[in-house]
Amino acid sequence: MMDALHRISRDPLGLLGLILVVLIIASALLAGLIAPYDPIKLNIIDRLQGPSVDHLLGTDQLGRDLFSRVLYGGQVALKVAFISIAAALGIGVFLGMLAGFGPKWLDNIIMLFFDTIRSFPTVMFALATVALVGPSLGTVIAVIIVTSIPTYGRVVRTQTLTIKSNEFVMAERAMGVSTTRILRVHILPNVIGPLIILASMDIPTVIALEAGLSFLGMGVKPPTPSWGSILNDGYTLIRNTPWPIIAGSIPLVLITLGFTFLGESLRDLIDPKLRKNV
Amino acid sequence: MSAEQKIDNVLSIRDLSVHYSTNRGELNALRHVNLDVPKGSIVGVVGESGCGKSTLISSIIRLLAENAIVPNGSINFEGSNLLTISEDEMRAIRGQRMSIVFQDPMSTLNPVISIGRQMIDIQYRDKKTKQQKRQRSIEMLASVGIPDPESRLDQYPHEFSGGMQQRISIAMALQAQPSLLIADEPTTALDATLEVQIIHLLKDLQRDMGCSILFISHHLGVIAELCDYVVVMYAGEVVEQGTARDVFHLPAHPYTEKLLKCDPASIAEKSRSLPTIPGEIPDLTSLPSGCVFKNRCDKAMPKCDSVVPEWRESAQGHFVSCHWAKP
Repeated sequence: MMDALHRISRDPLGLLGLILVVLIIASALLAGLIAPYDPIKLNIIDRLQGPSVDHLLGTDQLGRDLFSRVLYGGQVALKVAFISIAAALGIGVFLGMLAGFGPKWLDNIIMLFFDTIRSFPTVMFALATVALVGPSLGTVIAVIIVTSIPTYGRVVRTQTLTIKSNEFVMAERAMGVSTTRILRVHILPNVIGPLIILASMDIPTVIALEAGLSFLGMGVKPPTPSWGSILNDGYTLIRNTPWPIIAGSIPLVLITLGFTFLGESLRDLIDPKLRKNV
Repeated sequence: MSAEQKIDNVLSIRDLSVHYSTNRGELNALRHVNLDVPKGSIVGVVGESGCGKSTLISSIIRLLAENAIVPNGSINFEGSNLLTISEDEMRAIRGQRMSIVFQDPMSTLNPVISIGRQMIDIQYRDKKTKQQKRQRSIEMLASVGIPDPESRLDQYPHEFSGGMQQRISIAMALQAQPSLLIADEPTTALDATLEVQIIHLLKDLQRDMGCSILFISHHLGVIAELCDYVVVMYAGEVVEQGTARDVFHLPAHPYTEKLLKCDPASIAEKSRSLPTIPGEIPDLTSLPSGCVFKNRCDKAMPKCDSVVPEWRESAQGHFVSCHWAKP
């Protein structure tokens, strides 16, 4: 672990990514401590202000402090990203290993399920679901889980198929080892590396999707701050002030860059074929 | 095993046939194979790709593909017929009394588990402490020539070179001191220098441990260097068997003769093209009548078309299936 951190820190982009990610996660976690104002407290007198010492990123049309809203919005974004990716990863790994290791008919059923989900455009699927069950954080998370499962599942399935034919798996089978043990001890550790990278690169996509849905009013409900809803406020006020848009987009840009750099750096680190200086 | 029992052969295969049921019909991968591995000797099996070498090994260690059918034959290993014993008995034999080294060391070892843990894991049958098992692994690594085995035990397979990984595979295969080691082209994935090293290593280990080795290869030089006996296979049949000296110096089967001429090491004159045996292996789903080699044989005669040559002894301890062979 320390070794990994050391290696990342030698790659300037990876280090930048790591710093951005740590910064944004820390600011979201510590929002309660560092945010100067309550993010949903109205203050009509100070509405639509530009940045100042009192309001670092200005205020919106209801006088709410944008800096505080951005910090709390990070909580929503990260909650959605981590919960949904962790759940999708778990289910995807399970189904993928089942498809790769199990009998052919099971493989076919699971692949049919994956292909069915993949054939929906994600945003359309999200809008349709929200229209059916109503907007909420839970709906957003559920939609992201369902649409991410096939991505991870397919990767795991392919890797499992490759590893399954290796002699060490054959040896385990010959010794009469249970399928659970083969999957747990031999297959899982072999497939998990590439998946972690895939997941880390998926986090910005998921955050952008949550912001997008919130922007359309299909994500979190209004008083709760989200980067998407801040952007939506900014969009309606674009003739009066640019600050809400700036406030909502900066964290999105930073987190996307951060996770992408970190993911690429991790990939170089884990994949020995890409590692230049071992 | 008691001393009275006169078992000279660790492994003796009699009249073994293996068929695969495929979409194109039944594929006769092995037909009436006879093979003996005498105690404490190294037996080499040669033959071109697709001649049934791998099927032969899989049937010995009983890991045949699911569509395989064994219509007849017996595989006698230290007094038990491997084709009839239960799965539990077979499991007790595998790894313990018979083990195997595969072609590609990269896929033999699990890349995400340390060498030490893998070596300790496979000693799961022994009722020893973890420390003793670790000690045993260190000894085995030292015996296959891995320097500083104690600290290398905690390393992962990718930290070793291909040749070292193959040494580790050999160490793991010999860990339980089996009476038969099957080596399935263990040097094919390695370069020529390492090949020599591995061959010498196997020879030394065989001498020290007294096990028998069934060595599969298509490299004639390796077989000549390493083996006491040679078995030549062609299209799923054993066509010739004898001591390495006899087979290499006085080949009795036309196929062996041609095979030896194709060995690049035996070419005396410079030429732009390598010698080959013209023609192809017959389709194993619809075999011709008579001798399997007749369509590529210069000496073929009318009898070869109709009568399957018998398996007979052409000289002391030298068996062949060809009509031309001297009785």
